Amino acid sequence: MLTLTCPYCGVAACETELSPGGEAHLKRFGPGSSDDDFEAYLFLRPNVKGVHFERWRHAMGCGKWFLAARDTATLEVFGTYSAQTTEPPPGIVEAIRAKRPDWSPT
Amino acid sequence: MSDLARSALPGAEAGGIVSVREMGLQGMVTLRADLSVAAKALKKVTGAAMPEVRGMTEGEGTRVAWMSPDELLILCDHSAAGEMARGLTEALKGQHHLAVDVSDARAMFSLTGEAGALRDVLAKVTPADLAALAPGEMRRTRLQQVAAALWFESGTEARVVCFRSVAQYVFDLLALSAKDGGAVGYH
Amino acid sequence: MSTRLSEGGRLIDRSRKIAFRFDGKRLTGHPGDTLASALMANGQRIVGRSFKYHRPRGVVASGAEEPNALVNLGEGGRHEPNQRATTTELFEGLAATSQNRWPSLDFDIGEVNALIPRFLPAGFYYKTFIHPRPFWKHVFEPFIRHSAGLGRAPDPRTTDPDRYEHFYVHTDLVIAGGGIAGLQAALEAGRAGAKVLLCEQTAHWGGRAPVDGVEIDGAPAEAWIAAALAELEGMENVHLRLRTMVAGVYDHGYVIAYERVADHVAAPDAPRHRLWRIRAAQVVSATGAFERPLSFPGNDKPGVMLASAMRDYLVNWGVSPGDRTVVVTNNDDAYRTAIAIRKAGLDVPCIVDARDTADGPLPQEARALGIPVKTGMAIANVKGLRGVVAVQLCRQAGEGAVIEDVICEAVAMSGGWSPVVHLWSHCGGKLAWDAGGAFFRPDHEKPPTSHDGEGFVVCAGAADGALHASEVLGNAGAATGRALARLGLSAPGRVATASAPDEAALSPVWMMPQGAGPKKRAKMWLDFQNDVKVSDVQLAAREGYESVEHTKRYTTLGMATDQGKLSNINGLAVLADALGAPIPQVGTTTFRPPFTPISMGAIAGEARGAVFQPIRRTPIQDWHERNGAAWEPVGHWRRPYCFPRDGETKRDAVNREILATRTSVGLLDASTLGKILVKGADAGRFMDMLYTNMMSTLKPGRCRYGLMCSENGFLMDDGVVARLDDETFLVHTTTGGADRIHAHMEDWLQCEWWDWKVYTANVTEQWAQVAVVGPNARKVLEKLGGDIDLSKEALPFMAWAEGRIGGFDARVFRISFSGELSFEVAVPASQGRAFWDALLDAGAEFGITPYGTEALHVMRAEKGFIMIGDETDGTVIPQDLGLDWAISKKKDDYLGKRAQERAHMTDPARWKLVGLETLDGSVLPDGAYAIAEGVNDNAQRNTQGRVTSTYWSPTLEKGIAMGLVLNGPDRMGEVLEFNTTRKAARGEDAPTVKARIVSPVFYDAQGEKQDV
Repeated sequence: MLTLTCPYCGVAACETELSPGGEAHLKRFGPGSSDDDFEAYLFLRPNVKGVHFERWRHAMGCGKWFLAARDTATLEVFGTYSAQTTEPPPGIVEAIRAKRPDWSPT
Repeated sequence: MSDLARSALPGAEAGGIVSVREMGLQGMVTLRADLSVAAKALKKVTGAAMPEVRGMTEGEGTRVAWMSPDELLILCDHSAAGEMARGLTEALKGQHHLAVDVSDARAMFSLTGEAGALRDVLAKVTPADLAALAPGEMRRTRLQQVAAALWFESGTEARVVCFRSVAQYVFDLLALSAKDGGAVGYH
Repeated sequence: MSTRLSEGGRLIDRSRKIAFRFDGKRLTGHPGDTLASALMANGQRIVGRSFKYHRPRGVVASGAEEPNALVNLGEGGRHEPNQRATTTELFEGLAATSQNRWPSLDFDIGEVNALIPRFLPAGFYYKTFIHPRPFWKHVFEPFIRHSAGLGRAPDPRTTDPDRYEHFYVHTDLVIAGGGIAGLQAALEAGRAGAKVLLCEQTAHWGGRAPVDGVEIDGAPAEAWIAAALAELEGMENVHLRLRTMVAGVYDHGYVIAYERVADHVAAPDAPRHRLWRIRAAQVVSATGAFERPLSFPGNDKPGVMLASAMRDYLVNWGVSPGDRTVVVTNNDDAYRTAIAIRKAGLDVPCIVDARDTADGPLPQEARALGIPVKTGMAIANVKGLRGVVAVQLCRQAGEGAVIEDVICEAVAMSGGWSPVVHLWSHCGGKLAWDAGGAFFRPDHEKPPTSHDGEGFVVCAGAADGALHASEVLGNAGAATGRALARLGLSAPGRVATASAPDEAALSPVWMMPQGAGPKKRAKMWLDFQNDVKVSDVQLAAREGYESVEHTKRYTTLGMATDQGKLSNINGLAVLADALGAPIPQVGTTTFRPPFTPISMGAIAGEARGAVFQPIRRTPIQDWHERNGAAWEPVGHWRRPYCFPRDGETKRDAVNREILATRTSVGLLDASTLGKILVKGADAGRFMDMLYTNMMSTLKPGRCRYGLMCSENGFLMDDGVVARLDDETFLVHTTTGGADRIHAHMEDWLQCEWWDWKVYTANVTEQWAQVAVVGPNARKVLEKLGGDIDLSKEALPFMAWAEGRIGGFDARVFRISFSGELSFEVAVPASQGRAFWDALLDAGAEFGITPYGTEALHVMRAEKGFIMIGDETDGTVIPQDLGLDWAISKKKDDYLGKRAQERAHMTDPARWKLVGLETLDGSVLPDGAYAIAEGVNDNAQRNTQGRVTSTYWSPTLEKGIAMGLVLNGPDRMGEVLEFNTTRKAARGEDAPTVKARIVSPVFYDAQGEKQDV
């Protein structure tokens, strides 16, 4: 059972206070987009073993969505950060690289 | 209409290793705004300063609690809540915000008892770290299966706020946890 | 025959007696006894029977690892099966019965299984009961079910009278185990200032050290333990907990502990069990070690026990296992048992040591006491049917030719010790094989890791493989130091020194004698509870089971309630030998929590009865309860389904409520409807994205019905939106939808359109909402008075107004879900009940009738209104429901628009909504399928539609239904055949029912009634 620190209210929240929201940093494709782009946006997920960015909502708390960088195999958490970002911020990338030198953001 | 108004569980009380009491009608106003620029309006209407993250501040017969980075909960007299919401709307005119009277959407409970027993009873129902909960800080968390907020009013009193529809559940839960024989002796 | 000695027993209070019952017999014990020690003190040698062969079994261990002594404990509502007698504290009035025997413990019919074990080898069921297939269900399974199982399940008519609870704790350090290693760890951590929770599963501190005669800092261990406890009790930052077992270690330092608060009390005032849900930064596992049995023929007979357990019963409880005890061992530690027995004045005919030499201090002491030590020897057979009467000795190196018989009543066996690495392993800690000690120990390089990627469990003392007393405290101190360092604390390093006589190395013995033939191997038990023998594991290996996990499941080794605590290493070693592979290569099975079984009550905690689940209540709920509502759960709400009066069936009540509403006036508690404020400069833009239709053009003071879709295009919610002012919308959602839709809104606002100026607030519970419905609705409201003009001109259909109704603060919405003249009135929740009462008063002269959700459903179906969850199931788009009119063609975008353009969504063959009317006026079965020609690949009838809503309409006096049908709107008037049972779907003969495709609007198609 995970503990993730909400970047908004600073509470180290237990997983039972959070609700998960799947992969982070998806780019929305709306009307006018190609079938392939839309399918990828809606359905195709890499299901990585290793570094993963994901969405969580502090549902039993401040109610805010935030993002977490986490290793799906070891459950190591590299950091949590604002949901108002389109890509992992430099501090998070640095924290991941410090622990996973082979990893690169693609 | 205050003569017709009733709180969620008027007069509900339970005793045991701590006492649990529903506190009756309580005015509450939700304010959503950019908190970095709303301090002046807040002070003007409530008399209270802008609270820190998770903090609470006192005004004139009011209390302001930090709910999220763009949300406050203002506690006041039940009959004053409507006016307070309108006052905030007026004071924040031209600024993006939402102020609404939510007095009847919630229920509030008081738990009183010896400091250790009080924390023991709460620790039966919330995963929040009670030792890390400083006086004057409000923790939004869950009480077993429902969302709630709690804070310590003093060493020997805690307050719990939950949604009105689950007031009976929360009361039953607290009363059961406070039942005689259930002392844990941890805190 | 076991019995109580005249003196000794450090844990019992001989001055007092406790009465208890076993299989109806009245027996007595002392405070401090376990049920096992008390049974042995009363000469009860057989305490249970095994699972498969129903073999008579006695107590073999003295703690959590006990495989045999399982009993039914308690009676009536407190009855619990499979309770370990070794961990059950005796209390006045305790009642236990033995398990898995019929008709009695001493004479069991099922024991015949034991005479034919060669017919029940490993995998017997898998091999035998495959063909013919129908036999499994009707012959084999009932037989196996009858003969299987251990304890008796609780009587379903009883209710557990006790209460249970959870308890959440955050701490720096959890220490599992209150032996000397755990106490030393607590002292170090406590002195370093860490917040410590020390848990001990038994009722006593100190573990084995006092039994084994360990000295600490030059004094008996007991003195040090007392001093340590005194110091720990004085520390504010240390919390000590007895009868609390650390059951599991999980991700990110989540630890579960199981406190048996009141298991030792007959009828407790306290909660019986408490489940500790702990967040610990570090875990110290000071869980000790388990002694291993030896695999010799007949090692399961009553009277054969672990050497350490026998010592425990002597020293802790003053219980003798028998007058003459043979000790059989491959190590020096077991000599302690021989010495303790002899010092208690009992006889040890000989010590059988599989090793060729035994010259250490303990063997020397045993010899000095006159006990013969027979090295290089083994047990070839144990004689006795209901218990040991003699053992036959042979050479360990040979095949088992008997050299001599030794008369005895008990056998103490020791095959060495295995560290209890469960807690280390639960969350992924890896193990390393220690060849010297022949056990797995924690691999310090590969600990379980926490959120920071660092290890968060250390093993201390015997759990880390430091089995000898002299190593234990140093090891515990060092382990605690590692844990403290991870907390940023430094250990004071004031570690005590324990001492005990030196011990020579053990010699691994996995089979005794080592050259035993098939007959002997079939009598060597590995898993006592599940009856798995050496021969079974060898058979599995011969049959190709190479993985230890597969072998475990095939043979059921280690799958009983004790989870292989005694059998794991022995079974593994036998498998490795049979495969010709080294033990570490074969590996071990996975250790999974809980460490020992925990009660269902503890897991459920307080969640039973009134607080099983939160039931959301409206401000009017009390009235519904007092007026006999029949209930329907909707989300977590419990809404009135209808209000049956005396003698009425539910169906009668529903029909009455509908007719009263359609002819005069009805009243619905609609408080559960979701109400969400959406406000801001970009609120219109946001509403246009949320809804399929155009909301930004809605005028203040007006209402509009709208549909919300997920990004997948599927319909997720519907409801009426009211525009409060230029910047503010009030969104009504379905009853179950408020939280979900609010979360959906916040998701898009926070994660996609965070620069839009929109705030939302879920104000669902701020308002009590009552629908006043029917031709007399306006009259009722006007009677209450107030300042809102309710006339058609001032407040037309789909308008709303704010003001006072009577003395109540109200918002009135002219919306209708029934087709009648309807006012939905919202008042602050605190006024809700008074408002309801006022409406009942005012409406009395019109026969005002409260109605429930079923009347609501029927009335909306009569009008052809869809219901989320009936007409929709997560695969339905608005276009399927003929709701194209509510989909804006002008908007570039809304959530779900792109998805609705996908090929499958625009397929003309999608089933579409129609009305259905049976030819005979009957009610179609819910969910029935319209049958089409032919069958599919599974030989099921093809289908061309299904029923989504179906009711008896009292208004029209016939069955009405809605359904999704292939090309339905183009087939008006056509008659379809619907199945009524599953048989029809399979193409078998079964009655079908014919229904005609009609418009889904059955009542007042022009909408005249609502617009008055």
